[in-house]
This record gives sequence, structure tokens and C-alpha cells, in this order.
Amino acid sequence: MDKAKSMVDKKGASGPFHVNNGQSQKVFHSHVMVATNGSCCSSSSNAFGSSTVPSGSGTFENMHHLHRGDDAECSGSPAKRCKLRRRTESVRKHRPPFPWFGMDIGGTLVKLVYFEPVDITAEEEQEEVENLKSIRRYLTSNVAYGKTGVRDVHLELRNLTMCGRTGNLHFIRFPTQAMPRFIQMGRDKNFSSLHTTLCATGGGAYKFENEFRMMADLELLKLDELDCLIRGLLFVDRVGFNGHPECYYFQNPSDTQSCVKKPCTLDNPFPMLLVNIGSGVSILAVYSENNYKRVTGTSLGGGTFLGLCCLLTGCETFEEALEMASKGDSTNVDKLVKDIYGGDYERFGLQGSAVASSFGHMMSKEKRDSISKEDLARATLVTITNNIGSIARMCAVNEKIERVVFVGNFLRINTVSTKLLAYAMDYWSKGQLRALFLEHEGYFGAVGALMELLKTTEDP
Amino acid sequence: MAECGRVDSNTSHTMDKSITLPPDEIFRNLENAKRFAIDIGGSLTKLAYYSTVQHKVAKVRSFDHTAKAAAGDKLYEISMQEEVTARLHFIKFENAYIETCLDFIKDHLVNTETKVIKATGGGAHKFKELIERKLGLKVDKEDEMTCLIKGCNFVLKNIPHEAFVYAKHADSEFRFQMTNPDIFPYLLVNIGSGVSIVKVESEDKFERIGGSSIGGGTFWGLGALLTKTKRFDELLQLASKGQHASVDMLVKDIYGGSYGYLGLTGDLIASSFGKSATADKDFSKEDMAKSLLHMISNDIGQLACLYAKLHNLSRVYFGGFFIRGHPVTMHTITYSINFFTKGEVQALFLRHEGYLGTIGAFLKGAEEDNPNQYSWGENYAGSSGLMSVSPDMNPMQRARSGTFDMLEMDRLERQLVNLPLLQDPSSYIPDTVDLTEDALAREYWLYCFEEALDGVVKRAVASQPDMPEAALRAEKFRQKYRHKLQTLRQQPFAYGSLTVRSLLDTREHCLNEFNFPDPYSKIKQRENDIALKYYQKAVKSLDELSWEEKQFALVQGVLAGNVFDWGAKATDICIFFFIPLSERPWLVDSYDQWLERLKGPPHKCALFFVDNSGVDIILGVMPFVRELLSRGTEVVLASNSGPALNDVTNGELQILTERIAAMDPVIEAGLREDRLLLVQSGSSSPCLDLSRLDKVLAMVVRERQTDLVIIEGMGRAIHTNYYAMLSCESLKMAVIKNSWLADRLGGKLFSVVFKYEVPAGKPNKDCGAFSPS
Repeated sequence: MDKAKSMVDKKGASGPFHVNNGQSQKVFHSHVMVATNGSCCSSSSNAFGSSTVPSGSGTFENMHHLHRGDDAECSGSPAKRCKLRRRTESVRKHRPPFPWFGMDIGGTLVKLVYFEPVDITAEEEQEEVENLKSIRRYLTSNVAYGKTGVRDVHLELRNLTMCGRTGNLHFIRFPTQAMPRFIQMGRDKNFSSLHTTLCATGGGAYKFENEFRMMADLELLKLDELDCLIRGLLFVDRVGFNGHPECYYFQNPSDTQSCVKKPCTLDNPFPMLLVNIGSGVSILAVYSENNYKRVTGTSLGGGTFLGLCCLLTGCETFEEALEMASKGDSTNVDKLVKDIYGGDYERFGLQGSAVASSFGHMMSKEKRDSISKEDLARATLVTITNNIGSIARMCAVNEKIERVVFVGNFLRINTVSTKLLAYAMDYWSKGQLRALFLEHEGYFGAVGALMELLKTTEDP
Repeated sequence: MAECGRVDSNTSHTMDKSITLPPDEIFRNLENAKRFAIDIGGSLTKLAYYSTVQHKVAKVRSFDHTAKAAAGDKLYEISMQEEVTARLHFIKFENAYIETCLDFIKDHLVNTETKVIKATGGGAHKFKELIERKLGLKVDKEDEMTCLIKGCNFVLKNIPHEAFVYAKHADSEFRFQMTNPDIFPYLLVNIGSGVSIVKVESEDKFERIGGSSIGGGTFWGLGALLTKTKRFDELLQLASKGQHASVDMLVKDIYGGSYGYLGLTGDLIASSFGKSATADKDFSKEDMAKSLLHMISNDIGQLACLYAKLHNLSRVYFGGFFIRGHPVTMHTITYSINFFTKGEVQALFLRHEGYLGTIGAFLKGAEEDNPNQYSWGENYAGSSGLMSVSPDMNPMQRARSGTFDMLEMDRLERQLVNLPLLQDPSSYIPDTVDLTEDALAREYWLYCFEEALDGVVKRAVASQPDMPEAALRAEKFRQKYRHKLQTLRQQPFAYGSLTVRSLLDTREHCLNEFNFPDPYSKIKQRENDIALKYYQKAVKSLDELSWEEKQFALVQGVLAGNVFDWGAKATDICIFFFIPLSERPWLVDSYDQWLERLKGPPHKCALFFVDNSGVDIILGVMPFVRELLSRGTEVVLASNSGPALNDVTNGELQILTERIAAMDPVIEAGLREDRLLLVQSGSSSPCLDLSRLDKVLAMVVRERQTDLVIIEGMGRAIHTNYYAMLSCESLKMAVIKNSWLADRLGGKLFSVVFKYEVPAGKPNKDCGAFSPS
């Protein structure tokens, strides 16, 4: 594929797993809140190399200039000012000051939810600092931020009431690799002057805590990722997806022809086995909003799928890997029961079409030499998915839970895996277990973090 | 899934096929071979057959009493007889040799009764035609998993130290488990190209409860793609050198440290290959192989734990080509199991894991012979033992050195069971010192046995003066045993835990191998003759003593008799009872408690494990037995079934006792009234394994309500059973005739151990354990 074209193509859709092709220097182009004309602090131009704003992708100049003005105002002791204002405002309104963010910094992706108030009064608008206004405009008027930041517009929750305010909840993601630049941007734009509490969860909340403090004068409110995940999930399920259910399952999972996606509700969600597939996998048994345990986890997750795909096929993004997988045939790579036994292994009730050995055919050099990248991608996807299904099923049986909810960004635009999980749960449990999925897959941690922001400030 | 499936020609090793097989050393006893079974796996073929071995045994026969004068001074005559015993042969070789091997078998196979060969394994199908053509036998295919389980049950039941725990960083990497009489239920995780998880509940009842497609084939296939390395062994070697942290995303890569809230440490893998998606660099083959190994091992370990938990099983055995003696995979699987079960479940591995399929297939074919109703023993002389599989070794070298691996199992005459008086059979360990774990002791004993080799060879030759080729055989024996000692120096774990017992047993097996069934027969005979002459005198002088003096003299007699050993000279015998033993208190001394006990009611029945021929049995043990009988205690004398060193065998003891009975009315009455029984132990070892005793002995012990066990001599009471806990009173008597060992136990040469123990909860509580140092 033409390189330049691919870069452009990837914008908007891709990003989370962007891998540099090594042709140029780091080509990170997170323009979320970053000035690119070299007028900000000297280190940033080094950090971002030769990047310039690709035409049409950045609406940042505007914001940058506004920001600079703000910077000038805030020179002195921004931290002190910030604290002061935060206190006065929260006392006045019993709710946290805008902007409202919830952030989940995972191993591969940063998930950001942003609440855009739509009930802003004229008076409020008047009072709103330019800085804040520009953030709102920037985030809501773009769907892509730089090369790798993406807003999942189709997931936007509209006219949501949170903490007495009505607004839209936006879902944004960018690669964790971009964190240092994100933090630097926070400093450059004097984010700390916005006197907001930045609620963050995921491992990155711990990993980047110091950098937030040192670089951007921002104190993170660190939150446990599993607490956030559950709280966020239950909230989104409760409010629904713009009038539709958040949850869905597959009808006739064992029949590829008649297998169809069906919406459903999690009316009585407990107990549920919650399988969160990010870079790695965590499996939780959830008995109520506050009562859950982490049953186990596995390191074979989304990161493994993409990591192996990159090594095996030379692909660079999750989207690319999935695209290849959708065209491949894993039976050229995997050894099936029938490849060994000529048919079913009746002694143990194993169907001939069951996979006996993932990548088993690849023990043979001839087959290795003749295999396509698409087949390899597909086999990787099927292997990882089946394995997660298998562990999840065992956990469900051990924990005596019949409802298995799969979430996490591994499932994003990944119908191969969702259908396979639905099939595996159904087939191996002889219909006892049902696999459920949620539309907002990987964003629940971030939503949970946002809710914590609203909760903390509501409490006296 | 089960075994690695069909293997494509290019994955099997290309090796020189025109090898010449050393027939004596590999396919042994083919002339009498019948009942073949073959297990053809991904790269290795395992052949099994049953054969009979003809070898010499020493028999003793009493001279006719009426013709006593004619026989001169000799008490009994010794004759060498041919005996036929059953043996199972298992041979493992690379698939590349299969044709050569089949040709060889065809050429040497005499037995024509054999019509079929049982076959199992993924390759059985592929080689069916070849086998049928070459051997003229019909290939009868058996289910792989059934064979595997049958084989597993067989080795677990018959081979002590079959299972082991692997601990990479421990003093001894291999920690062998004693065979538990109750082997069921257990979980077998077979990691072939895929993984099968089987729950085994009894001999015939097992169920595949789960599995995974991520197995050895995934490691191999994916590894080959990632590293362009073709061979499984080479992949493992790469993996052993790699650093997975450069490829895997660890918890600390995400958190910056540990995830304390969940107790997940920073070094834990959060996402296998997670860095290869985000980092922009090349990864080394070693690192990728390592990451892949971890990924697969952890995954299998996790699944195994989930199944073990679901079915409430704590014994989990791992096998399959992924494991097969590879330290690298045994380590990662062990690590994974420890992690996921927090140490509640131990990963167990099997020494003969590679043979399970073929053993099972063989057993399927031999059902009419009921091999399961016998006990079998590993023949140390004919078995290769566990090979060193150091990952540092060049894989090619390793492949060659392990080209032909053998296991031989002898059918034992008797069925072996636990002594019913063991306090806890599952925790009983016969051996006092595990030389696999004690490097100093190992060094010493290996040296000792090597030093003694010349003497053993000489004695072997001397025992067969009429056979001119004895010297040649003895030389072969020397080579074989020396080679074994060398192997054990390198790989102390080759035959399970290395112990003084196993060193002694190995020597006996090697002597038998070269037809020296009883090198001490003539010495024993002479000593028995001489000692008998002093019996009456000894008994008379004992009877003259006061009761208390007599009790002490009897103990002293047993101990002194034990010092006497085969080096004794006739002149010494006169002063036998006056041998100055070391002064009391002895190194271990509970004589006073014993004496107190003797003042109490007599024991119901005493079981006495005897040691040496000559003065030991005749002048030491017999008077002691006589006293017990006089007290009203029944006595069961347990002696070896077959010869070992100068130990008195059951056959010899029968004759000796008859002769003594002729002189001694107490012994005579004992025999006549069935209050003195001579029973064989089922063993042919100078040591004693109380978990493998003749079934008849166990039955007698139970019937007679035995309440006292006496064990005599270094081999049985010090090297073994020193710490054995019995459910009744026990008396262990020995003189430490080895200065190194005496030193170890904190005493001097000829220190006396007199250990009288009463199990906790029984009356004489205070007579408990006295242990040295």
C-alpha cells in the first residue's frame, strides 16, 4: 500500500496501535492540544520531530493562539490560582468545574471520555475562560486528533444528564505511547489553570503520575481500574445507548448463516463474569456494584494478537491486522482434529473440525513457505479468541456463573472474535452459558473515572 | 489433543540411516521375544516387547540327613541352575531409524507365534504399511489416549521414584516422589501438538475433561515462523537464552511498578508479545522464543489449574513431547502451576513419560497374560535412566546421545505391597540419605563403590572357579557398573533418587546381567558351616547367665554378629560374645527402655528382618529368636528372596533353621508348633524397602497380629529405615562399620545404634526417638 495514502487512511480510524515503520523519525502527530509551529517551548519541537500539521487534520492553530494569550495571563503562580478557583467554584455549584474528563490509561490505549455540556447559559458562556471554550470546540468539532487520536463518533451518548447537567458524552482514544506528548501538551496549554481534577485509572495513572505532576503541574486522582470498569459499565448500561440497549448477544451462535446480533438489556446483571480484553485479559466475578473479585487473568490478549500479527505479517495497526484476518483461513495454519485422525476423534467426542493444534501446520517447512499473511492473521486471531473463550468458560463453571460479559477494545470492530466467543460459550457449555457484549467495549474504565470525579466533588 | 500428529518428512531429523545396531546392547533377548507393541510419535518411535531371559541362579539344597557323613563338613550344596524370568523391553529411537530397526528385528526374531503388533501414536498410521511389510505382522491400532493412561498407571504402580517435582534452583533439580499405593485419582496433562487434559479415576475409568489447541505444536509452528528455526530442540535452546521482558508487556510497563491493589507484581506478564505491537524495533530470536515459551507454558498451566480445581484433584502429571525431559519446559510449567495455584498443586513429571504410549499398547496386547497382576521392577542394568538434557548442550549432540534409550522391567516372582505396619505409607521414604540432594555424601559413596569394584570383580570370578569365561564376564560387569557410576556422577537423578540402596541394587542387577547370581555363595556356605558348630556352645553359655545379663548378651550377640560380616575368621568365633563393642551409652541407646519392656508381657509376634549369613544369623539372631520364642512370642523371620552380598537368603535360612532345630528343642518346637515362620521378603537387596514387600509376608504379619518389628544391620536399619515410623514397637540394631558414615552420624567407627521405639499413643511413651547428634 502506498505509504502516504495509508497514513491518511489511518487517520480517524486507526491510531491505537500505531507502529512506526522506521522510515522517518518518530512520526507521532498528536495534535490534540499541541502547538506545532515551534512557538511553544523549545523541547517540544525536538520531541515532535519534523512533524507539521497535515492539511485538513488540525484545527489547532486557532486554539494555540488563544492559548498563548491565556498563558500570558496565567504567568506567575498558576497552581495557586487554580486551587483557589477550584475551591470557590465547587463550593458555589456543588459540582466539579468543567471540563469533565475521565481517563483510562491502559497498556496500549488511552481512553478519554469528555462530557460536553449543552445546557450552557449565556452567563456561563460569558464566564467561561477561552482556554476551556477552545478545548470544547476542538474536541467536539473534530473526529480525529493528529495522526493517532480518534473520536468514536458513533459511540457518542447524546443528551445525557450527569450531575445535574445535560450534555453529550464523547469517546476518544489515542495510543499510550502518545502519553508523554499528551502531558507536555497539558503543560504547554497550562491545563492546570483549568482547576479541574483529572480522574485517571488504568496502569498509566500510576506510571505517568509523576510526569503529570512534574511536567504539567497536574495532580491525578488515581482510581482502581476494576472499580472504574464496573461502575462505568453499569452506568452506561443503565442510561442506554441513545434510546437503544447497550448490550447485545448473538442469536444462533453455532450457525454462521443465521447468526444474528440481537440487542438485549442487563436488567438483572448479577452475578456476571466480566471478561475485560485489553492488552491482557482480566476476568472478574461481579456480584454487585461494589462486590467483585478478580478470578484470574491471562497475558494472551489483544496485545498478543496485535504483537504476533505485526511480527508475522508486518502489519502496523489493529485495523490492518483485523482486515487481513477477515480475509484469511486459519485452517491452513492450524492442525485440525481431522488432520490427525482423518475425522472426528470419537473416543472423546471431538469434532473433526475442532482445532487440535494452533499453528500446528507451521511445524512443516513447506506449509510455512506457502502460507499467506491473511491466513496467519486469521489464525492468530482465532487462537487468541478461542483461548480467552476457553479460560472464561472454565472460570464461569468454577464460579457457577452463567452470564459472561465480554468487554475491552480487543472486541472493537472485531466481529470475528465476538461471534467466535459467542459460539465457543454456547458450544462448549451445551447452551448453558451466554456470551454478552457491550457497544462501548473499551470505554467503561474511563466512564467510571469520570463518575468518580462527579462523585468526589458531590460529596462534601 | 493427544500426541503430535503426523509429522511431515522435513520435520523429522535427517540422519545417517545406514547405522549398524549393536545387537547385544539394544534389542536384547529378541530370540524369545513375543508380543510387540509400537508407538510412533512425531519424532521418536518407541518399541516394546515381552521376552524371557534365561539366567543362572544359585540354589541351595540340603544334603540328605542320612547321608550326612558322605557330605563331609558341608551343610548344604550349592548348585547353579538356569531360571527363566519374564522381562519387558522398551526401546526408544528416532523415527529416522525405523526401517533399520524393523529389518534388524525381522532378522533376529525367532518366535513365530507372534502375529500382530499393537500400534499407537500419530505416526502409527503412516508407518503401518512399512511395519506390516517388514515384519510380516498385522498392525493392530490402539487408541492413543487409552494407551497413554494404561502406561501411566503401570509406571506409577511399578516404578518407585517414577514421578518427580522439578525445581530449577534447588540443590537437586529433581525431587522424586515415593510411589503411593493409591495412585488414583489424578490429572494427566498431555502436551503434544495440542493439549489433552484427562482425569483418571481408576485402572479403566478415565475421561478427557478438556484440552487446548495451544500446545507443543503452537510453540514449534509459531516459533518456526518467528525465528526461522526449524527444530523443536533448537527453539527450546533459543528460548533458554532469551529475555522475554523485551517482547512482553509487563505489569510494570503499564503501571510503572506493581499493581499493589491486586497483588500483581511488576514483573508479571500483562500482555504476551505486547511490546512487539507498540515498539518500533527488531526483536531477537532468543527473546521471541522465550516469550513464546512463557506464553504457552503459562496458558497450559492456567488451564490445568482450572481443571484441577474444578475436579478437586491435587495430583497433576505433565507429559507429551513438549515436556519430555526438557528442563526448560518443566521449569516454565512448574512456575506457572505454582503461580496459579499459589503452591497448592505441584506439577509432577514422569521419568518414563516417553514410554507411556508403548507400555499401554503393549499391555493392551498382553491382557491375557495379566501383566497387571504381577509386580515389576526397573532393571537398572538394562535401563538407560533419565538422560541429561541440559539446555546448554548442543541439540545435535543431545539427539545423538539419546538416540537409543532403553527401559527394562523384570517381572518379579512375587507381588509386592506395603508392610501393613507402616505408620503412614504415603509419607514413608525408605532411604535415610538422598544422595541426589546431598552432594558431599554422593561424592563419598560414588567413590566408595568405585573403590570396591575391584574386590567385587575378584569375588565374582572366584565364585565360579569351574567356568573359564567367568573372568571375561566379570570384566564386562566391571565396565558396565563403572559406566553406571559415571553416569550417576553426571546425572544423579538418572534412576530416581540416588541412594546407597540404589547403588547396591544397581550392582546386584549388573552382576545378574553377567550371570554372577551369587558371588558370595561359597563364602556364605563356609561361614554358615563354621558358625553352626558353635551354636550349641553359644546357647549353653547364654543359658548360664542371669536373666538380665542374658538379655544384654543377646543384644550384644546380634550387634557383634553384625560386625562379623564375611571377613570373619574361624578363630575369632571363640571370642564372639566377648567382642568389645563400644561402651555404653551407645551412639543411639535405648537399651534400658528395651530391658524395661522385656520385663513386661511378651509380644504377640515379632517380625525380624535378618541380615548376613554366618555368625550374624546363626550366633546372633537365632539365640535372640530363641529367647523370644521362650517368652511366648511368635517369630516371623523375613529374609531375602534372592541373593544380595552375603545376606542370608530364604533358601539358605530354611536349611540353617532345620539344622539348628535338630540341635535345639526350642527352635524345633517353634517350627513344629508353627510359632516360628520363615518367610521371604520379596527383595534381593542388601537394603530394605518396606513399601515393596512380598504379599505373603504382609498377609502373615497381619494374621499374626505382629506387634514388634526388628530390623538388623547397616543396610536395613541405617541406610534405610532409620527414620521409618511404624505403628507398632520397633527395634533397629546396627553397628556402623563405615567411618565416614559414623562421622556423619556424630559417632566413631563401630558405633552402635540401638533404637527402640514405641509409636506415640502406645503405652511406653518415653521410649521414643533417639536420634544421633
